[in-house]
Formats: sequence, structure tokens, C-alpha cells
Amino acid sequence: MRLAALQADFGRWLRAECPDAATRLGGGAGLDVYLNNYRSQLVAALQSSFPQLQRWLGETAFLAAAARHVEASPPSAWTLDAYGEDFPATIAALYPDDPECAELARIEWALAAAFTTPDLAPLSAESLGEVQWETARFAFMPTLAMLPVTSNAAALWQSLVDGTVPPAVQRLPAPGAVLLWRDGFNPSFRTIEQAEATAILQLEAGMQFGALCTALADAHGEAGSAAIVGGWLGAWLRDGLLAALR
Amino acid sequence: MAHPHRFGLGLRKPHYADFLEAAAPVPVDFVEVISENFMVPGGRPRDILRRVRERHPVALHGVSMSVGSADGVDRDYLQRLRALVDAVEPLFVSDHLCWTRFGDFQSHDLLPLPYTEEALRTVCDNVDAAQTALGRTMLIENPSSYLAFDRADMTEWAFLDALCARTGCELLLDVNNIFVSATNHGFDAHAYLAGIPAARVRQIHLAGHSRGETLLIDTHDKPVPDPVWALYAEALARVGPVATMIERDDAIPPLAELLAELDHARAIAALRVAA
Repeated sequence: MRLAALQADFGRWLRAECPDAATRLGGGAGLDVYLNNYRSQLVAALQSSFPQLQRWLGETAFLAAAARHVEASPPSAWTLDAYGEDFPATIAALYPDDPECAELARIEWALAAAFTTPDLAPLSAESLGEVQWETARFAFMPTLAMLPVTSNAAALWQSLVDGTVPPAVQRLPAPGAVLLWRDGFNPSFRTIEQAEATAILQLEAGMQFGALCTALADAHGEAGSAAIVGGWLGAWLRDGLLAALR
Repeated sequence: MAHPHRFGLGLRKPHYADFLEAAAPVPVDFVEVISENFMVPGGRPRDILRRVRERHPVALHGVSMSVGSADGVDRDYLQRLRALVDAVEPLFVSDHLCWTRFGDFQSHDLLPLPYTEEALRTVCDNVDAAQTALGRTMLIENPSSYLAFDRADMTEWAFLDALCARTGCELLLDVNNIFVSATNHGFDAHAYLAGIPAARVRQIHLAGHSRGETLLIDTHDKPVPDPVWALYAEALARVGPVATMIERDDAIPPLAELLAELDHARAIAALRVAA
């Protein structure tokens, strides 16, 4: 058997326990060792990436979800650390009526991803002294992540980390978002309302700051919109979410 | 050319504080890290590695290069590793004689190769490509294995000998892996040591293993057992002074226990020098 055929067969054995492939590989106890190593390592990677989700679901349910994911989603990334990227989608499929489960998983994954993002200096408040606000365009940190949420999953995650009794699951009055970033070496997050999430997306798409204020003034008046946008901008600067003027 | 005896440990999370915060550096000559854990853009892992590097020479030990892949090595992976190599200026860069990836499938396990002429050509091509991309000589480690293919043309040690001769690569000799594979496949560990190109061995790994139902499993979760220490002494007699380290990946004990094991390696090496 050529090397490529052997490796294709080994892959079939690990992914699907294909008996024909096992026969061609010569069978034996060694194949079971590799199969066990493969599966147990992937499950361990998911346990390592989603400790709070495991607490929330309970070990039995988590391991069942992990086994389902290992069977359906063989790894393709160069690093085992990336294996959990699609696990929130598996959780969403397994718990369609409990969106907080997948949202908890997405938050946990995004926080872990933020842990190793590039070391970049954010825009400082001092550098905004001469800015022409009407035409200013902002770039957010490339390491900023924003996840849509419909539940209080962020509060659930925090209580699980803190070891306190989690609050009751709640649907948000309106869909919102969770902002996630790295603050120094520590991942950080906060929940925001849809209006702020929309503003961030608009600015990211190149909208001028003045145009954002004008758009909000239609609904909130000039003074109201200035207060709202000023509050957002202050928080973005405080949290180090802005990368540059562009 | 004779190489110096060096004694090191693998850097693992439970020991970060020992390595980074103690007033005096940990008494090791080098520290080995798993390359993939630090092939990231930034954040705490890179900061930890930078601070460790300020105190110790660092060896980069990879698990995902997949030099045995029939469809070649991943160029993107090599670029990431090269960036880390340039940042760390490591003592050694090593990976395993195995394959982990084929096509889009990543097993994340060290899978066995058939020791055939075809596989040798593949591994030589891949090691050549890696050494070119990295701009340096690599160390290739003998794996533990649980499956031997009937169609092999040569022994593992003959395969390694030919690999070194054709590519100029050097060896990371895992003495525990020799013991595990020799037991599992019924070959002679002494013949293995006699057959490797001794002058190419630059580093030795020492570790423990577990006994499965029918096979020994390379679990790295126990102290180095006596038969492996005996094989280590024999290996030193064959290869001479070499960098040696204890490799523990699971059930990680306090650092003092690993340092005591490392002292045992030092004592065996000192006896060999005296002899």
C-alpha cells in the first residue's frame, strides 16, 4: 500500500472507525490505542476550552455533546487549541430551545481567543486633541470581538467563573451584543445594547463620526445623540477598543 | 565534535511561577517548550516565553509539523514556526518521526509510519523543506508506537540513520520511546542504540509510561522507571555528552520532584564520564 493510501485509511479509522480501513492497516490492539488517543485528546481539548459550559451543562451532558462533536467535526486546524471553534454550533444544534447554552459557549470561546491576540497599543484619549470630529473615521482594534446575544449568557458565565449561584436564565428585552477584548493580558467583556453594536459596525464600515451623530439625532435630538455617542466613545477609549483614526 | 552535557526540563503551566518569579533561576541548563503553544500572535503565552528566554536557553519541541505526511509539510505552519524561531533563537528545534496530518484532516496524534523506501523519501523531502524554511538543522525524535506495519523495508533505527545521512538532520533520542516501542513490537532496544548514528544525537528525552491491556502506552505521567534509566546509561555510553531532559506532560508533580529526577540523570552522566 502506498503511503498516501495508508494515511487516508488511518484517517478513515480515526474519524469513522471504518472496519475495512482497519483490515487494510493490519488490525490489532494498536489501532484501538490510536483511536482512543485521538478521541480522548479532542474531548480533553473541548473540556479545556469550555470549562464554564461544562459546569453549566453538567459533565454527562457536556461529554455527550463533545462525543457528538468529535464524531461530526474532525479537526482540520494546525493547532489543537483551535478545535473548539465550531463547538458552539454543535451546542446550538443540541439545545435549540436554550439559546443561552450556545451563547455561553460563544462567549467562552471568544474570551479564550482574545487571550493570544496580537500585542497592539490602543488609541489614547490624548491623541484625540486635534481631531476633526465631523469627518473623523475610527478603526477599532482588530482583536475586538462582538457577539450577538439574546440571553443573559454573559452574566451566567461570570457567575460560573466566580463560583456564585448563577442567575435565572433570562431572555434580553431586545437582542443585544457582548463586546470582548484583551485588557493587558486578561480577556474582558461587557454587554451592550443593539444601538451601540450597530454604531460600532457602522464606524467599522467607514462611517464618519459626524454622520453617526446625525443619524442618532433623528431619534434622540442633537443634545441627546451627543450624550449617547459621547458615552460610547468614552467607554471605547477607557477599554482600549479604538485602534486608530483613519 | 563533542557536545556539552546539558540538563533541562520541559516548561509546563504548573511550574510557570517557579521559572518566572523565583529570585534565583531554576537550576537547569535549558528549558524545552511545546512550539505550538507559543506560535500565537501575542498575549500572555508570548510574554511568558520572552521572560523564560531571558533566564534560560530554550529548545522548541513541536508536535504538529507532520514530517511523515505523504502530501508534504504545511507551508503556513513552517512560516509560523520560523517567526517563533527568529524570536527565540532556540537551542534546538525538534519534531517527531511521524505524521499527524493528511489532506485537511489533523489527527493531533503522533501516528506511525511504515518504514519503507517510499516513506523515507517522503520524510527526507519534508525535512529538507522544513530545514530550508527554518534556516537551520532540525532534530527528529523517535516516537512511541503501538502499530508496526508488515510491509516495512527497514528498522526504525536504519530509517533514522538514512534520514540523517540524506538530510543532515540530527536526532532527539527519546529513551522511553525506544523502551515502549521495543516492548510493544518485540525488537531489541540494545540493537536500536547500536544502530542509530550516535554522532547525530543532540538531545535525549526521559519519561515514564503506563501499561495498557496489551501494550505499553507513552503517557508521560510517571517518574522515569528503572529500565529506562538503565537504557539511558547505555545510550550515554554510545552517544557521549548530550543535552538531557525530563519530559512530564500529565500528573505533573512539584518542580522539586522533577529536579530530583534530573539530578539522577546528572549522576548517571557523571558516572559515565568517570568510566
